[in-house]
Amino acid sequence: MSTLPLLKVNDLSKFYGSRIGCRNVSFELYAGEVLAIVGESGSGKTTLLSCLSTRLMPTSGIVEYHMRDGQYRDLARMGEAERRFLMRTDWGFVHQNPADGLRMTVSAGANVGERLMAVGDRHYGNIRATASDWLERVEIGVDRIDDQPRAFSGGMRQRLQIARNLVTSPRLVFMDEPTGGLDVSVQARLLDLVRGLVHDLGLAAVIVTHDLAVARLLSHRMMVMKDGAVIEQGLTDRVLDDPREPYTQLLVSSILQV
Amino acid sequence: MATPLVVSEVAKSFTMHLRDGVRRPVVANVSFSVKAGECVVLGGPSGVGKSSILKMLYGNYGVDEGQILMDHDGKLVNLATAEPRTVLEVRRTTLGYVSQFLRVVPRVSALDIVAEPLQARGTPIEEARAHAAELLSKLNLPRELWSLPPATFSGGEQQRVNIARGFITDHRILLLDEPTASLDAKNRAVVVELIAEKKAKGTALIGIFHDEEVRDAVADRILDVSAFSPRKAAA
Repeated sequence: MSTLPLLKVNDLSKFYGSRIGCRNVSFELYAGEVLAIVGESGSGKTTLLSCLSTRLMPTSGIVEYHMRDGQYRDLARMGEAERRFLMRTDWGFVHQNPADGLRMTVSAGANVGERLMAVGDRHYGNIRATASDWLERVEIGVDRIDDQPRAFSGGMRQRLQIARNLVTSPRLVFMDEPTGGLDVSVQARLLDLVRGLVHDLGLAAVIVTHDLAVARLLSHRMMVMKDGAVIEQGLTDRVLDDPREPYTQLLVSSILQV
Repeated sequence: MATPLVVSEVAKSFTMHLRDGVRRPVVANVSFSVKAGECVVLGGPSGVGKSSILKMLYGNYGVDEGQILMDHDGKLVNLATAEPRTVLEVRRTTLGYVSQFLRVVPRVSALDIVAEPLQARGTPIEEARAHAAELLSKLNLPRELWSLPPATFSGGEQQRVNIARGFITDHRILLLDEPTASLDAKNRAVVVELIAEKKAKGTALIGIFHDEEVRDAVADRILDVSAFSPRKAAA
């Protein structure tokens, strides 16, 4: 158990004019921890995720990241180039819509290989070998390596997006509704895959989802958001088995039993 | 060595906001301790709070008042107030739990479900699987089921997977929530034997058993949970 958090978030708020995106969010995330952010649409989940991953600048508050050199860096004070390098190497971002995270008109192999080149890999044979290894890990047949993701099904695209993100061995991955819009059978396969990879690679992850079953399966900790604020947080099974707040109780009691 | 588990003055109630904020007290003033090698069985009629106590001990129910002290790697941890990551760490190495029902994960084989807690503690996968296989065969789970995800298993088969998963590690404290409820006599006897082995190794066990025969075979002490009824405490 590492003793220093990977990510420190202190009193983060984001306003869109006078409208609240998210407000006064504070938490710490450690290596190997999976944090789920749940809540209904418009509750601020995605705004929070965007602020954490520097895709949006927060209105106030600080997000600090524990760099590989052991220093904490305030993300808002990083240069643009440095931030982009971080996003391409040490971090991953899995979008709900794979088309937002993939380049749809280059081959599957190149989609994975591109991130390797970003970290300085130049040997074509090595890149291709690593790419095919990763396609295999996300259960895409190696014979599809030269196909474009346009020709892939939704589930395959999502798995490709995951491979593209994980190939550089990031330490922190953000996921925005990674199973949204997929058939349940395809979801199950993806969830199992993500669960295994998170475990094997010791990743820290922040997953935004409105699906409490996904949160239960993947996350250790959970934050429930409503109207931009975190109203309840704790161990995932504590929040789901013994919800305290009225809104959390409503969420949990609204799950359909199969 | 310190007493593995000391519970003192624990109280728990539920506030049901969807029912106009009705507050339903569950238990109050729960105090007991469990020694190494001892099996304490929670007794009393259903609805009296036995399962709630186990869930508080495991951390999936919050605690309103009191302390739940566990000896975790020689350090005393109060599970009632511990941070989530401390609770997870305690679960990984000190505190095991056999629930009534198996929460199945799609596509993960029975063998790997059982091996997982060992793997999480750093045991190489092949060794963990070998150990899992040993337990599953002891519990008479047909070998042809080992490589299948347990979603389609019968209740008794799922329960045996669950038991194997709970018993595979050498956690110092083990919580058992009716582990024998859907087992036949032969497999109940296996569980009784597994519990005896745990006791001999110095594990502290706390369980709920409705089957009297099993209860008499494993219990060192029966704790009457109705003594912790909040109504009684108020009187």
